[in-house]
Amino acid sequence: MPVEVVMTGFMSGDLVRFLPEIVLTAMATLLMVLDPLLGKRRPSAFGHLSLAALVAGIAGAALADAHGGLAFGGMLRVDGFATFFRVLVMGVGILTVLPSYSFLKRQQAEAGEFHALLLFSIAGQCMMAAANDLIVIFIGLEISSIASYVLAGYLRDDHRSSEAALKYFLLGSFATAFFLYGVAVVYGCTGTINLTTVHALLASSGSTEGMLLGAAAALMFVGLGFKVSAAPFQMWAPDVYQGAPSPVSAFLSAGPKAAAFAVFLRIFMTAFAPLGRAWEPLMWLAALASMTIGNFAALRQTNLKRMLAYSSIAHAGYVLVALRARSQAGVAATMFYLAAYAFMNIGAFAVVSHISGRGEKRQSIDDLAGLGQTQPFTAAMLGVFLLSLIGVPPTAGFFGKFYIFKAALESHLVWLTVLGLLNSAVAAYYYLRLLVAMYFRDPADGAGPVEPLTPAFRVALLLPAVGTLALGLFPSWVLDFASKSAALLK
Amino acid sequence: MSANLLLVVLFLPLAGFLAALFLPRTSPDASRRWALAVSLFTFVASLGLLVWFDRNAGGEQLSIDVPWIASPNIHFAISVNGVSLWLVLLSTLLSPICVLISWRSIRTRAKEFYAFLLLLEFGLIGVFLAQDLFLFYVFWEVSLVPMYFLIGIWGHDRRIYAAVKFFLYTMAGSVLMLAAIVYLYIRAHTFSYAAILDQLSSGVLRLGAEEQMLLFLGFFVAFAIKVPLFPLHTWLPDAHVEAPVAGSVMLASVMLKMGTYGILHFCLPLFPSAARRSAGWIAALAIIGIVYGALVAMVQPNMKKLVAYSSVSHLGFVVLGIFSFTQQGLDGAVYQMLNHGISTGALFVFVGLLYERRHSLEIADYGGVASAAPWLSTAFLVTTLASIGLPTLNNFVGEFLVLQGAAIAHFPWAVWASLGVILSACYMLWLYQRVFYGVAGEEVKSRLSDLRPREWAAVAPLLVMMLWMGVYSGSFLPPVSKVTAQVLAQADVNVPYRVAARPRAEVARAR
Repeated sequence: MPVEVVMTGFMSGDLVRFLPEIVLTAMATLLMVLDPLLGKRRPSAFGHLSLAALVAGIAGAALADAHGGLAFGGMLRVDGFATFFRVLVMGVGILTVLPSYSFLKRQQAEAGEFHALLLFSIAGQCMMAAANDLIVIFIGLEISSIASYVLAGYLRDDHRSSEAALKYFLLGSFATAFFLYGVAVVYGCTGTINLTTVHALLASSGSTEGMLLGAAAALMFVGLGFKVSAAPFQMWAPDVYQGAPSPVSAFLSAGPKAAAFAVFLRIFMTAFAPLGRAWEPLMWLAALASMTIGNFAALRQTNLKRMLAYSSIAHAGYVLVALRARSQAGVAATMFYLAAYAFMNIGAFAVVSHISGRGEKRQSIDDLAGLGQTQPFTAAMLGVFLLSLIGVPPTAGFFGKFYIFKAALESHLVWLTVLGLLNSAVAAYYYLRLLVAMYFRDPADGAGPVEPLTPAFRVALLLPAVGTLALGLFPSWVLDFASKSAALLK
Repeated sequence: MSANLLLVVLFLPLAGFLAALFLPRTSPDASRRWALAVSLFTFVASLGLLVWFDRNAGGEQLSIDVPWIASPNIHFAISVNGVSLWLVLLSTLLSPICVLISWRSIRTRAKEFYAFLLLLEFGLIGVFLAQDLFLFYVFWEVSLVPMYFLIGIWGHDRRIYAAVKFFLYTMAGSVLMLAAIVYLYIRAHTFSYAAILDQLSSGVLRLGAEEQMLLFLGFFVAFAIKVPLFPLHTWLPDAHVEAPVAGSVMLASVMLKMGTYGILHFCLPLFPSAARRSAGWIAALAIIGIVYGALVAMVQPNMKKLVAYSSVSHLGFVVLGIFSFTQQGLDGAVYQMLNHGISTGALFVFVGLLYERRHSLEIADYGGVASAAPWLSTAFLVTTLASIGLPTLNNFVGEFLVLQGAAIAHFPWAVWASLGVILSACYMLWLYQRVFYGVAGEEVKSRLSDLRPREWAAVAPLLVMMLWMGVYSGSFLPPVSKVTAQVLAQADVNVPYRVAARPRAEVARAR
């Protein structure tokens, strides 16, 4: 049953609503042009420019929000929800760029390319956040993914980095194909790819094509589940996070994940909400499996990045709990958690990128030994991030978990809540190992000293730490906005 | 003004902690003096609470209630009652003492040590004052972190194992408490403790039997781990033995009371029927803890471990008193919480002083200390006698009341529990005999000097308190009784399953 999509024509309002993507793409293109011109002489200029673009992009997102509404004939929907995620992924961009200055310098890999790819990837994620149309989602997903495949292999002389990129690319494109297949089935059944129309059809017709649409939902679930590294589609995450350059791992764990969760929410909370009963058990299982597999596998890791990768799988599990709650409170909790997670996890990866040194040789937990004495500031910052990842108040991570499990209990998910909370007690163990190494052990003999902190890197650590504590002390700042936006998502 | 004093008492240690972070690392003396000044000032401020606290009025006083987070509705609500008042004073009294006894024993990373000590004080005071369940949980967790670092950084050989075990045990318990708190919020739509109690007593909020039991267990397990109640006590000996002296003192004297305070303040009034239904098995565990702790203490070759196991035994009395559901039992339990804080705190201080001199915790390394350090020995003897419940010293009053309460509730409980009193005399006096009497060895003679002025300053207040609390409990008990009477009344309202809670014989008689 084909449905007419009313084309409203091209209007200037559309461009305002598309402002963040325009700014980011323009700057990314500019950076590629400037690369050969500035390359050797002023490599730090690329970082400055991309920071400027990200700040401008956030301003653009705010402007777009002020002129909110549909754009390009209903393909984009700029509402509070979209704005939240746009600002979030651009904020992730800023937090990624800041520590990458010293990282790229240390690896002698400063180039405009890195920043251009980052901006492209973020542009794709902004699009995913605002998309109201399955094809636009797919395009955003591809822009974001392809740029991040390249980023994962950015240190091309490092074989681990190349391996990560290849793995990420192969598995990632496979997952994207699943997603696209799902989109095709949706189109075949309903004759439309517009989420609003799909929702209307599903709600009114009582799902005449129930089986097929269920299959479509499952296919999209697989594709997105891969992107957020939810079990059982988490296999790639440890290898990729370990191999990719640290700032890129940080970015992958926060940016694409947040955007994929935004799409998750858009598709499953709006268009496919009428099919809720079909996907709820899947979501329940995926949440529990992600938490359990992530946490228990992380217990045994000795490599910091690999451990953080497994922890990231577990955290995706917590977010899935909020999704499974399938309520407005759950959506708000998801949004809050992703913001909190961005701060604490990027911060943790930034510290790892700092201590790992040239060629990222030092990545094991033992390399943290005595950091509390050799570099008290760095250690204190990592301490804040770790306590937040454990979920100790008053940090962002604690409130994130609190909101998630509160939403889950409100939806009568008592077992999932209890198992999730016990999981987070298990998780405390492997985060504590890092604290133990930093504070309770003496610096190892023979290991070279950790590089001194540059003032810029101090800021790069301080910013996420302040964010982590601010969201912990005044969670209303973000939560109020998230709750309002969640109400819009209908 | 008076309510502001409460804020001062609570936030002064936090401000002290933040400022301490900026003190120079190179001058440990600056950190020591700063910590001493802040903790003394906090203590003086907390004495002010005694002035403003109306001893004749029961209930929560000096309340402050400011909205903190709008949605969900979380308030920064604190107030003080006749029980928490004493617990706060206990914390503020022991903090400067801990600074004093660490003066020479903590040489490495002194700045961080004193900063963590102040943060710990902040968390502990917060736990006793919080009247919003969410806020309570926040403080509960906040107090965990500094203690973890105190054990892990400045502890003895197996400190890492002990610190991690301590953290994980507490964490596992507290996540379940968090689930229970959130569930309660969803049912009552508020975190405010007073509001929830109102809803319960007015019948607006009714919890089913099973619901109530699960919620009760959610809270109780977290508290029981902290107390610690047998068989959840295994973290305690490790933590105590490995912790630095100040850590042991704060842990034993104040932190364990978080658990018993929680049971008294939250478990009984919120879940009366579940608490009454569970009284039997909890009292049994408490009695097992009393006897088991005492027996294990007797065979310890390590002084700190001995005192640690004696804590398990003493805290068993507190739990037994609470679950006797009698006025005497509850009064005794609270009094025993304070007594244990003073006398076991003092025992740990003395063990610390001995360790500082002889660098050993093994009882076998001592003997004849009395001739080398007579004042130290006398002070230790007073503490020992207090600890075993000699009349005119503090523990006697508490133990007597608890036993009386237990006897009223169920006579055999009192019989079994009094075994603990006898055993405590055995292990403590035997300890005293082995350490202080006999012939002094070369090591002991040369190393064991008597108390110095700084050490007197740390010890004297505790000795005074032992005597005062033993001779004139009238200074302390009346406000406590007001609160415990109220708790008992609350533990009686809204008990739809009261029939099940009553002894069977009584039910039969009623028919």
